[in-house]
Amino acid sequence: MNLFFANAFLGKLNWSALPHDPITIFGASTVVGGAILVPCLLTYFKRWKWLWREWLTTVDPKRIGVMYIVVALLMLLRGLSDAALLRTQQATSVGASHGILSANHFQQIFSAHGTIMIFFVAMGLMFGLINLIVPLQIGSRDVAFPFLNATSFWLFVAGMLLVNLSLVVGEFSAAGWLAYPPLSELQFSPGTGVDYWIWSLQIAGIGSLLAGVNFFVTILKMRCPGMSLMKMPLFVWSVLCAMVLVIFAFPILTVTLTLLFLDRSMGMHFFTASGGGNAMMYVNLIWAWGHPEVYILMLPAFGVYSEVVATFSRKRLFGYTSMVWALIAITFLSFSVWLHHFFTMGAGADVNAFFGIMTGVIAIPTGVKIFNWLATMYRGRILFATPMFWFMGFVVTFTIGGVAGVLMSVPAIDFQVHNTLFLVAHFHMMIVGGAVFGYFAGITYWFPKIFGFRLNEWLGKKAFWGWFVGFLLAFVPLYILGLMGATRRLDHYDASLGWQPLFIVAGVGVIVVLAGVGFQVLQFVVSIMQRQANLDTTGDPWNGRTLEWSTASPAPFYNYAVIPQVTERDAFWAAKQAASDPDEEPAKPRYEDILMPKNTPMGLFIAAFAFAFGFAAIWHIIWLAVVGLFGVIICIIVRASDDEPEYYVKAAEVKKIEATAKEHYL
Amino acid sequence: MNKKSRATLIAIPVLGLVLLAAWYLQGTNIPVLEPKGPVGRQELNLFITGLLLSLVVVIPVFTLLFAFAWKYRESNTKAKYSPDLDGSRIAETIWWIIPSILILIISILTWNSSHQLDPFKPLASSKPQMTIQVVALDWKWLFIYPEQRIASVNFVQFPKDTPVDFEITADAPMNSFWIPQLGGQIYAMPGMDTNLHLMASQYGTFNGSSANISGSGFAGMAFTAKSSSPDDFNRWVQSVKHSGADLSQQAYDKLAEPSQYNPVTYYASAQPGLYDSVIMKYMPVAGSMSGMGTP
Repeated sequence: MNLFFANAFLGKLNWSALPHDPITIFGASTVVGGAILVPCLLTYFKRWKWLWREWLTTVDPKRIGVMYIVVALLMLLRGLSDAALLRTQQATSVGASHGILSANHFQQIFSAHGTIMIFFVAMGLMFGLINLIVPLQIGSRDVAFPFLNATSFWLFVAGMLLVNLSLVVGEFSAAGWLAYPPLSELQFSPGTGVDYWIWSLQIAGIGSLLAGVNFFVTILKMRCPGMSLMKMPLFVWSVLCAMVLVIFAFPILTVTLTLLFLDRSMGMHFFTASGGGNAMMYVNLIWAWGHPEVYILMLPAFGVYSEVVATFSRKRLFGYTSMVWALIAITFLSFSVWLHHFFTMGAGADVNAFFGIMTGVIAIPTGVKIFNWLATMYRGRILFATPMFWFMGFVVTFTIGGVAGVLMSVPAIDFQVHNTLFLVAHFHMMIVGGAVFGYFAGITYWFPKIFGFRLNEWLGKKAFWGWFVGFLLAFVPLYILGLMGATRRLDHYDASLGWQPLFIVAGVGVIVVLAGVGFQVLQFVVSIMQRQANLDTTGDPWNGRTLEWSTASPAPFYNYAVIPQVTERDAFWAAKQAASDPDEEPAKPRYEDILMPKNTPMGLFIAAFAFAFGFAAIWHIIWLAVVGLFGVIICIIVRASDDEPEYYVKAAEVKKIEATAKEHYL
Repeated sequence: MNKKSRATLIAIPVLGLVLLAAWYLQGTNIPVLEPKGPVGRQELNLFITGLLLSLVVVIPVFTLLFAFAWKYRESNTKAKYSPDLDGSRIAETIWWIIPSILILIISILTWNSSHQLDPFKPLASSKPQMTIQVVALDWKWLFIYPEQRIASVNFVQFPKDTPVDFEITADAPMNSFWIPQLGGQIYAMPGMDTNLHLMASQYGTFNGSSANISGSGFAGMAFTAKSSSPDDFNRWVQSVKHSGADLSQQAYDKLAEPSQYNPVTYYASAQPGLYDSVIMKYMPVAGSMSGMGTP
């Protein structure tokens, strides 16, 4: 009887789900400690109301963007700690020694590292920047669906919480960040780890899909008058392309995860080894999402570089039309290369050759973009601010990684380096050196627009050097290790292989990267403390070119008191050139009532119920799953019945806000 | 600190690091770059060709990046400044065409090499091909010699210059069968039969491993591949035949149970048809549901 109730109320959950070994206990206490400390601090500083009104219920994309980036940076620290543990294990687990981690624990850590870095760091930074800047750059006051946008963010948080909860309750997947079956099936992974993986990605993934729809519509429908497609800033173009990819790719992920869940929980056989299941179908499906995902992360970073290079070279972007068509070409091609992730599955020479050639073809528009950026620097007046450092670092790492990529596009070469550390080095160079460096450039570049003051340049450059040098130290040895026969994900190897020195160098690289991260943290702290010295009073700290620099810093919650009119590509630059004409007097602005969305906690509530549902699905707690599911549905109905989700900011008030000191977030 | 001493301060550690790396790599075995068979040799040649071709893009990119960064830096007011220069048909045509030509060349290489080095394709040789069946288990490799009727775990031997047809499957999660010095890998999947044709052109022992994660004992799936003279090979077969147990179905089931870091083991005989039965285990039986639900 007792057991029956326990099962009914707690599903598979019991005391053994709590952590036992010291490293996990440390991780778990960090999570629990944070969960206790944050509410305490909020109570002590009496910030609950502020938090609720200004942040938790907000539908302002700028605030949502800030929250995305804060969450992503916290997750970056988690992902880097994981990386440090992995490299420590690999530097020490040689021959007779088996290092600091058990094999299973090591595998959980690299699975968590990959999952967190892609879904909760890279995606978070990307959607953060998109939220901050896209509405501003298209001269809009908001996104198309502000409430949906908040919901997307909170679903992202719910997924993130589930991954981290696995540290405290239960375990995480040990099947790699893409959880190939049959290893990820119940037969070989009987614990709840894979279920944590499924549901954190499922919930966060639905959030990403909704965000994709939202920004796609925003860019198509909410541009200011005069901004035709070919007058959009390149960042907006890159986001438009990335969102097309999100809309097509993420449903594939949702379906694939659902099928895997049905296999694991309902005894079905979509991908099992026996019973007619076909694991190869899963590998195809997951990469049909996974490869476009790489470009979802890459394209917005390309967009950032385009803005950064033009601004800091004080010059128009070279080859705008080429750049746009290159983006569109990459968008289409990215759906025709997924098989290059598994040439070694033995699909046959014709199939392999086709996907190999398509992979090579995608390098052409990418190469064109690099040359256009270089040509933008040509005859410019280049100011080497921190964002420009990130761009230079990107070109170096991305080119090295790109060469490895072109090599691996040839199936016969891939056979020799696939699944090795050569591959690991390659994709880190693309995603970190390519995408993440771009996001860092973007954060530094747009920071003053959101917060009203600039980040400390000196510390920013130190942070760059830490990242760049550490990154090369951490990953160049991996290319060599791959050629030495070191496959990825090894928790142990034989001393006679001679790999240890290179693993130690890679570990030193991680320490140097951590130093870079330390400088980044310091940069934020010092910049906030010295903000009065670095105030951006003009709204245009970098001598910018695009619309966002025409409004005040920090941008008011309605972005623009008067919706701008655009006649040219670099609209603000052109306006500045025209204004330097002394005969022309700037026209007095005529303010109107502005319609803005009201704050709502419904997005937060939906995500809370989704989180409960996810937790229930992981632990098979039926009643909680029902509560979670109905909670989501009821929240949606309540929200849909709200007849007055918007309000007017009166013209007089707009005038007052525009005239007085700017509101600060801090 | 002046600029010169700062540059020296950076240059010395970098140079030291490069020298240290060179010294270290000099005395280290890099299997992919030191192939001992025709497949690995051709794959290495492709690797080098691809690397050289990509230099056509890499060198200009690096040169232009640093040259422009230096020349057009803000403090160099002597450099020409054209803020409105935003395109050049000639320049853009050049950098659409050059990468395109490069990729065209690589595409041709890709097409040809994908067919020449198709792992399913038998190798050309005057000597007859031998077959070795490979089963990836949790967490070891079982090698079955259907012609010699022996079997071994985590050790495989074959004569030099004899093309070997590895028939590969798994009775475990997906693995990847890889002997870097002989040539590229292919997946070992339950219910599937993949082939990898390799040949050693030198005597020696080569490291082999699984390149795809398959569970907690995955790191211990290393094995040794030995290429020897035909006589030596025959002597080894005879010695195996006279030692060790038989690989009956029962013995196989016991072997297939998960175990880690298995020592090399020999089986004096292997039950005929074992390999096929391992594959058929995962096939749903037509017209019946009996295969469903059982792992």
